[in-house]
Amino acid sequence: MLESSKESLKLEAMKRVVGLIAKGKNASELFPAVVKNVANKNLELKKLVYVYLVRYAEEQQDLALLSISTFQRALKDPNQLIRASALRVLSSIRVPIIVPIMMLAIKEAASDLSPYVRKTAAHAIQKLYSLDADQKDHLIEVIEKLLKDKSTLVAGSVVMAFEEVCPDRIDLIHRNYRKLCNLLMDVEEWGQVVIISMLTRYARTQFISPWKEDGVFENSEKAFYESDEEKRKSAEETKPYAMDPDHRLLLRSTKPLLQSRNTAVVMSVAQLYWHLAPKHEVNIITKSLVRLLRSHREVQYIVLQNIATMSIQRKGMFEPFMKSFYVRSTDATHIKTLKLEILTNLANEANISTVLREFQTYVKSQDKAFAAATIQAIGRCATNISEITDTCLNGLVLLLSNRDETVVAESVVVIRKLLQTQPSEHSDIIKHMAKLFDNITVPMARASILWLIGEYCEHVPKIAPDVLRKMAKTFHNEEDIVKLQTVSLAAKLYLTNSKQTKLLTQYILNLGKYDQNYDIRDRTRFIRQLIVPSERGGALSKYARRILLAPKPAPVLQSAFKDRDRFQLGTLSHTLNSKATGYLELSDWPPMAPDQSVRNVEVAEAMKEWSPAVGKAKSSKSDDKFYSDSGEEEDEQAADSGSDEEGGSEGSTRTPVSLSSEAESENSETSEDSSQSEKSSDSGTGVKKTTTQKNKKLQQAKKPRKLVSVCDRVCVCVCQQLSSPVFVPVHTYELLHRMTGKGLAAQYHFSRQPCIYDDRMISVQLTFSNNGDHTLENIHISEKTSAGQNIHCFSPIECLEPEKSVTVSMGVDFNDSTQAASFQLCTKAEGFNVSIQPAVGELLLPVTMSEQDFSKEQVWGAVFAAKLVSSGALVLVCVVQKDSGAQLTVNTEKTIIGSMLLRELQTVLSQGS
Amino acid sequence: MIHSLFLVNATGDIFLEKHWKSAVSRSVCDYFFEAQERATEPENVPPVIPTPHHYLISVFRHRIFFVAVIQSEVPPLFVIEFLHRVVDTFQDYFGVCTEAAIKDNVVVVYELLEEMLDNGFPLATESNILKELIKPPTILRTVVNTITGSTNVGEQLPTGQLSVVPWRRTGVKYTNNEAYFDVVEEIDAIIDKSGSTVTAEIQGVIDACVKLTGMPDLTLSFMNPRLLDDVSFHPCVRFKRWEAERILSFIPPDGNFRLLSYHVSSQNLVAIPVYVKHNITFREGSSQGRFDLTLGPKQTMGKVVESVLVSSRLPRVVLNANLSPSQGTYTFDPVTKLLTWDVGKINPQKLPSLKGSMSLQAGASKPDENPTINIQFKIPQMAVSGLKVNRLDMYGEKYKPFKGIKYMTMAGKFQVRT
Repeated sequence: MLESSKESLKLEAMKRVVGLIAKGKNASELFPAVVKNVANKNLELKKLVYVYLVRYAEEQQDLALLSISTFQRALKDPNQLIRASALRVLSSIRVPIIVPIMMLAIKEAASDLSPYVRKTAAHAIQKLYSLDADQKDHLIEVIEKLLKDKSTLVAGSVVMAFEEVCPDRIDLIHRNYRKLCNLLMDVEEWGQVVIISMLTRYARTQFISPWKEDGVFENSEKAFYESDEEKRKSAEETKPYAMDPDHRLLLRSTKPLLQSRNTAVVMSVAQLYWHLAPKHEVNIITKSLVRLLRSHREVQYIVLQNIATMSIQRKGMFEPFMKSFYVRSTDATHIKTLKLEILTNLANEANISTVLREFQTYVKSQDKAFAAATIQAIGRCATNISEITDTCLNGLVLLLSNRDETVVAESVVVIRKLLQTQPSEHSDIIKHMAKLFDNITVPMARASILWLIGEYCEHVPKIAPDVLRKMAKTFHNEEDIVKLQTVSLAAKLYLTNSKQTKLLTQYILNLGKYDQNYDIRDRTRFIRQLIVPSERGGALSKYARRILLAPKPAPVLQSAFKDRDRFQLGTLSHTLNSKATGYLELSDWPPMAPDQSVRNVEVAEAMKEWSPAVGKAKSSKSDDKFYSDSGEEEDEQAADSGSDEEGGSEGSTRTPVSLSSEAESENSETSEDSSQSEKSSDSGTGVKKTTTQKNKKLQQAKKPRKLVSVCDRVCVCVCQQLSSPVFVPVHTYELLHRMTGKGLAAQYHFSRQPCIYDDRMISVQLTFSNNGDHTLENIHISEKTSAGQNIHCFSPIECLEPEKSVTVSMGVDFNDSTQAASFQLCTKAEGFNVSIQPAVGELLLPVTMSEQDFSKEQVWGAVFAAKLVSSGALVLVCVVQKDSGAQLTVNTEKTIIGSMLLRELQTVLSQGS
Repeated sequence: MIHSLFLVNATGDIFLEKHWKSAVSRSVCDYFFEAQERATEPENVPPVIPTPHHYLISVFRHRIFFVAVIQSEVPPLFVIEFLHRVVDTFQDYFGVCTEAAIKDNVVVVYELLEEMLDNGFPLATESNILKELIKPPTILRTVVNTITGSTNVGEQLPTGQLSVVPWRRTGVKYTNNEAYFDVVEEIDAIIDKSGSTVTAEIQGVIDACVKLTGMPDLTLSFMNPRLLDDVSFHPCVRFKRWEAERILSFIPPDGNFRLLSYHVSSQNLVAIPVYVKHNITFREGSSQGRFDLTLGPKQTMGKVVESVLVSSRLPRVVLNANLSPSQGTYTFDPVTKLLTWDVGKINPQKLPSLKGSMSLQAGASKPDENPTINIQFKIPQMAVSGLKVNRLDMYGEKYKPFKGIKYMTMAGKFQVRT
């Protein structure tokens, strides 16, 4: 039929072939006939052929090669669906010979116009990598390229490829980190899961721990953490923890995803918060996790496992939701046990009575395995919470009369463990158990009772020999474990009460000597040597009593989930409690924050695209010439400023025109126009280049330092576009002198980073130092006096030792005016009125703008663009070369800011020369 | 990620397999069968099973095991969620998701699986997109296809795949424009022996059926949005708007979808709409047990409790039950010991009851636990949490749609311990 000329027949035939594949039958002998149809026009037929090819190409490599040319043709098809599916199939047929072709196709597809095709390319990367790992380097190049892609469609797939091919190349993420965080909301749900887990690992290597020493959280903090904490504590005393804004960004952008309908997404956000968020913020995941419990059985299973791990470390998180973990009779057994586990973890003095009442119901459950698990849980509660031990014991003893064997056995075992903690008071329980001994047949339980009697034979001197007598009778019928315990019981009794039991012991030892099991024979021989005084007088027999009847430490009953936290939550490894292939360890927090500026690249990159002309102009010129140029230019300006001061009396000088009145008449946009006066003496040839270059050069700090320090305040916008704000020299201002502050001195500087409290605020870093000789307590801000200005205060500093200093950050919304923000700075004892005065440049934020936009906004020859922090109004600065001077233009809606900025720029530029 | 998928039926036969990377021998399922044998009930099969070289992650739905084979670390929920999505898609396409339906449509199933995963990573799981790529089989289409020779595979990349609203396709047209919303709330509760509530919470969903032309932009507001304690949304809902104004604003997908699901936590008081009086006793020594059950409405705000179904798994020693219901019918399966009683409506004047005796295995001792009773019921026209939709507005299109809203309360996992 496949050979038929009729398409419908072919299709029918192909359908049957696919049916065969689906059933797992071998259809590979049809390969030649099928491959012929690969070029068929019918799309459904084609798809089915693809399915077939992908399945069998690996087995029939030579024949599969016949189809390659078809795919290569299809890769050029105008229909993106066809291009994509051709690439999919091409990369899915695992034939090593075509690796170069695949590589080529992937590279091409990675720059395809359609994001769908690019997504397919990202998938193909993984396939090629699994086929031929040697291509890694080339593939990493492609991944790097695709990581820059702005399409939400591609993001998830490429991160997946990244995880598979080069999970250790963290450096590729830096530049894309912020973009990924921002896109996260819009990426499709599967991509979200992958990206979140990748970012979790990334954040663990890039940010410092937010878990400052807010106490040893709960009681389960491990020892090695503590030592770490210790160290960090000392480091933090000088520098309080301030969360990296990028770290905050990650937490903020993932939070809404807790509301996702996809359980995998919710879980991955939950684990991100668990591993990355400050301790007090983790609680927001609780509700969402509890919600997931309503989902399918399998989902419940995984979620409960993760909750179990979390609940060990932090009871408080889930305690309010305890009722959600109550067991229903319809739950599957593994879910019941998990719920039980969680309930046990959550139990504390306050809620134990409710929990125990629940447990009582469970013990009666028809599901006996579950009932047994409940008894163990009761045991754990009883050891953890000492008040209820007695109640639990009584309850368990009642259970001993239960008809079900497993229940009884389990109770015996648990009672034994409990009794070990406080044996003396409970001899009646031991007696009771000895009475029950005849009815119990489960070996583990029998062994437990024997051990108990042996261990505490002094409390039950009458019963013990009797039990031993019974055991001697039935010895040969017992299980190995019971026999072993019988032997130890005999030995112990022999030591304490040899009068009554000497013969019995010897009888049992004889029985043991000829037992089938070598363990028992060994044990018997050992015991005999130890306790029976032989003529050779073994050196050990003196110590026999101390060896056998040494006080034994009580066993610690603890959760099976105790050590699961070494695995990242939500992973397969965590579920299995063993390392799965390909599991990537979550690294510990770095002790020091790595350079944050690596993630800043984006802006500079945009800058490069934005002003290629500048770059070119610069490169075309030799450095020497550049220097001389600017030198000349500065000369002229020096002269020019001189002339300005003279009052603009020179005829050729144009004085700056203030256009404030004009501005109002114009459409809300004031253009301040001031021309730097031209100089007649200078010839135009020397000053070929625009002042753009000059400015740029100023910013690059090749000029005297004096200039930069003055200039940086004004030109913050400029600086930020050219380089990251990190490199801006810090200029600190005095807020409070130590004399006025009676020992407390305060300084501030503008950190020029986006404020984390509010977009419209400017972040100010305050440094307090105590120069007095007594500790200052409770430093805080009270009374914000100035109107129209918002201040986000720092959290109060509890105490400041003498000779110590501390840095905090606060946010101030200056409302786009240079009016000082004044407030009262208080210590416990006194208050001081202080004010922060912003320079006009601090009110600006750099913005990136294309040349077109800029000229659309106002003028040609784009130079610098910025916006006001509070109102977001644009500020455009333009420097234009006029025949022999330069013209500086500032455009902004806010007249006052504009004129102030202009004035400052002018002084700086003229000073610089 | 996901390497292969095996579909296993209740009797333990693999009836479909699909590989996304190189083929994995089906012998890997032997580990699964082992686990299946060990578990007494199919529900008890652990969802994650490690084998020497692979990991098997399975879900059990519609009496079919969907077993995914994994080779390396992957979040297990990722796989589980995906498998459930596959089942939902099958159900969407074939109406039911049974072995027979899958076998009949094996080609469509294969095409679907091919589109849903690429190299083990999910590609398209949104049912609107899939439906454009692969048209669901209908009788009409099969007839047309055989005559005209056209295919049911889409030729163009679905527009939704690329747009910002991937859940909605463009160019939707209806003559009757209508939007229906169903507020369905389920009560999960455990009632103890004495009739007091151990735990009770409400899980609600709003399911929508929207058939509107073009690209409508809807907003839905509630009278009392504060009730919604914990919500999860369909991706179409604008989260920012909800955070700020507590209004649901969205461009709906076409057809049926779940707009949101919410949870009213156990801290709030939940009105339990039915009560049960029970008296189930077994006497030591005798081979008879007494069974007496009466249902009654309470706190129903005057609404009728409908479709009541009581089920209970009696202890193993019960051989048979000889009961007489005052209304409805009852069945008792002596093998599984499952007693079901289809009550129907509860009439407050004449309370339904089920009385009679049980015969026990001779000589067996009395069971130490009384059976738990599961109850299902429906109460139409009431949302037990008190949630009320305020209004629905549409923007972006000119026509006037027909709007409808329906409330319903159901029993979720409603258990009475006796």
